[in-house]
Amino acid sequence: MTNILAFSETRLGELRRAGLETVTAARRVADATGGQVHAVLAGAPGIAQHAAKLAAHGADVVLVLEHDAFANYNPEALTAALAARLGTGYRAAFFAASALGHDLVARVAAKLKLAYASDVTEFAFAADAVAVAHPGYTNKIVQRFVLKATPALISLRAGAVLPVENAKAGAVEALVPAGDPAAVRVKVTLTEKAAGGKIDLGEAPVIIAGGRGLKEAANFKLVEDLAAAFGNAAVGATRAVTDDGWRPHADQIGQTGRLVSPDLYVACGISGAIQHLAGMRTSKTIVAINKDKEAPIFKAADYGIVGDVMDVLPVLTEAVKQVKAGA
Amino acid sequence: MKLAVCIKRVPDMEGRFKIAASGTGIDEAGLKYDMSDFDGYAAEVAIQITEKLGAGEVTVISLGPDVVQETLRKALSMGAHRAVQLKHDAPVSDGLAVATALAAELKDGGYDLILCGRMAVDTQNRSTGIFLAELLGLPVISAISQLNVESGVVKARRELEGAYELIECPLPAVVTIDEGIARARYPSLKGIMAAKKKPLEVKPAQLGAINYQLEKMELPAERAAGRIVGEGKDAVPELVRLLKEEAKVL
Repeated sequence: MTNILAFSETRLGELRRAGLETVTAARRVADATGGQVHAVLAGAPGIAQHAAKLAAHGADVVLVLEHDAFANYNPEALTAALAARLGTGYRAAFFAASALGHDLVARVAAKLKLAYASDVTEFAFAADAVAVAHPGYTNKIVQRFVLKATPALISLRAGAVLPVENAKAGAVEALVPAGDPAAVRVKVTLTEKAAGGKIDLGEAPVIIAGGRGLKEAANFKLVEDLAAAFGNAAVGATRAVTDDGWRPHADQIGQTGRLVSPDLYVACGISGAIQHLAGMRTSKTIVAINKDKEAPIFKAADYGIVGDVMDVLPVLTEAVKQVKAGA
Repeated sequence: MKLAVCIKRVPDMEGRFKIAASGTGIDEAGLKYDMSDFDGYAAEVAIQITEKLGAGEVTVISLGPDVVQETLRKALSMGAHRAVQLKHDAPVSDGLAVATALAAELKDGGYDLILCGRMAVDTQNRSTGIFLAELLGLPVISAISQLNVESGVVKARRELEGAYELIECPLPAVVTIDEGIARARYPSLKGIMAAKKKPLEVKPAQLGAINYQLEKMELPAERAAGRIVGEGKDAVPELVRLLKEEAKVL
């Protein structure tokens, strides 16, 4: 009962970074307890090509579910397969705290009648319990829980464990679903990347976010230009901006949107309403550019420039381009 | 069509929180309470479905001490038809235990569609609606940003990180509601008056076992005070220097 399962999330045939984070977390626990890491990889035929990468990050065994019915997320068939596999005896299983990871781990937990730890930022295993930390109250409070369940099911917040290479054998085994994976009630009929194939907010080391201070939707170009200058940046927005339709709801950062904590967060023309701060206050470095020097965003920021974003952003974009070009 | 909406009473997130002396709760003094944001969206979606059909009934259900009646009355004043309080005085940290109590109440209700918020904004677990569906043996689509219910089929959209999905399942079903579908309406005076006459039943909560125990709450470390680098575009070179040399993020 010392083996650890890691669910490695894929999308449209590609492995997601979150899928390496879960394997790295599982490896860390297995190294301490002496167990093996079993990574689960599900997708359309061909998905097994990612097994080598999971092995490089510490999977002793890669359990592959290959079937056309897994081309899109197939929650009910995955739940059945994972619940059956976990029933053979594991100490723990790691999932990503992503939209799909949350959906899947809760189904598996209920199927096994087990409590689980959601959206975890820290974990420590003891013999019969796992102590975890999970931010709540719009990330204003750290909640510390003890989970008494075996297997201990845990979903990991993006970035809580960063992928680390630690090569193991990664022996590939087929995981055969019990029933027909196409005979399910909940069917995903389409998965599509958001326009532009941009870097996702949850995975981007840098986020450039815009607010009402940009005055109109077209001026978001300035934010996009700065993100492009960084090269590894995603674009976010405040709720006021997504409500006005300047940006899609999926870009909203805040209490009812995405909760992010990149290495660098640049708030452009954002006043810093409490709902917005809730979504980004855990960023490592925060820069604020706002023309109102009394704006609350400056209290949250490490560095502030008091000024009009329309004037400051083009100059900052040029300066970042020069640094990136090695000038 | 019979609809049920699960709602949670949560503190207003605008305030500064203090940890209570127990160490496992927040100090409630001076805090305002309301329906969790996403649960408000779920109630609104359900009410709009019955308004569009010109028929149907929305039952709102909440687990907690008697103060949750206030939150249930708000949902009734928005346009829900009846309310059920599953009475339980102590906070419950295990979502599966809560879902077990909700499932016990909802299982024989003949509901076509059960709606929950994507997550409670206080505990941020995102699991109760999914647990509930599994316990009831119903299909569930979580965290949806669009919903269409027609001819016994639920069609929905879910936002992913940098992508989206379209999803279908048959009724009866459970859905959990994300941002993007509807905002909770403000109750009208007429709605508030009508709500006073709507039925609100109180029943004991039949909680499941607690295997996920809250041990401690802490405030995260305060950020060091920031500084204003300068004014206008002339401050850009200094900002870039600090990002390179001090913060080392460029």
